[in-house]
Amino acid sequence: MEILKIIGAVITLMGSIALFLGALGLVRMPDLYNRIQTGTKASTFGTVLTLLGLIFIFPGWVGKLFILMLFVGISNPVSSHVLARNAYRYGVPLSDKTTVDRLAEDIENKEVEPVNNAL
Amino acid sequence: MNVKNIGISFVILFGFWLLLNGTFTTPIIVTGLIVSLIIPMFFCARCDVFADMRLTPKAFLYTFIYLFVFAFELVKANLDVTRRVISPKLPINPGIVKVKTKLKSKMARMILANSITLTPGTFTLAIEKKYLYIHWIDVQDKDVEAATKEIVQKFEKYLEVIYG
Repeated sequence: MEILKIIGAVITLMGSIALFLGALGLVRMPDLYNRIQTGTKASTFGTVLTLLGLIFIFPGWVGKLFILMLFVGISNPVSSHVLARNAYRYGVPLSDKTTVDRLAEDIENKEVEPVNNAL
Repeated sequence: MNVKNIGISFVILFGFWLLLNGTFTTPIIVTGLIVSLIIPMFFCARCDVFADMRLTPKAFLYTFIYLFVFAFELVKANLDVTRRVISPKLPINPGIVKVKTKLKSKMARMILANSITLTPGTFTLAIEKKYLYIHWIDVQDKDVEAATKEIVQKFEKYLEVIYG
């Protein structure tokens, strides 16, 4: 089916564009935390769209591709959360544009332990 | 024995098995049934990952709605971040805000934190008891209550029903 292949190719292309914009965000953003923002969202969305396009091109792979999407959807936010959290614990600075930092306030007020052993 | 945990693990494993194989012949289904029953009995006899999950029809319906809400938010998140990345002035106003969650179950909190990470301009930096510290790319309100309303509640109302 030609038409399905074209639809699949268009969706895969959109995924590639999302991944490219994520990479552009990594270059343009001022600090690590904002880079993680673009990195996580764009890479999840781009990968999911790419896999979704593949479903149209190879309909027989649908089950495996859904499992891949699920794994990407679970592991991407977890890994970026762990990266950001450990970066914060080790004192990676926030950019000058930052307006508010409740976590630093609470660490100062002794409401949160500065170093968490349960990493 | 906790039947509920083993049951849910069985359903998940069997579903994975069928999706991986992609065919529905008798030998494959029988093998899948046996293996996905034995594995949770050995490894999930004492686990409590799914203990808080509710198995009422309403919970199933809300799980379904939640997936759609989540997919919509994911698309919105990407359009939003794309707009910020492309725009020459780089319109960001980042900050770390504190929000409060009513959810008690560990699993529900994990799903909430993951959902926040994948949706518009927010990601979870740390979780301390009932508070989540969230990095927000465009801080609209520094207040705990207002930020909670803005970020958490759209997911919380569904997760509350599913996990209690």
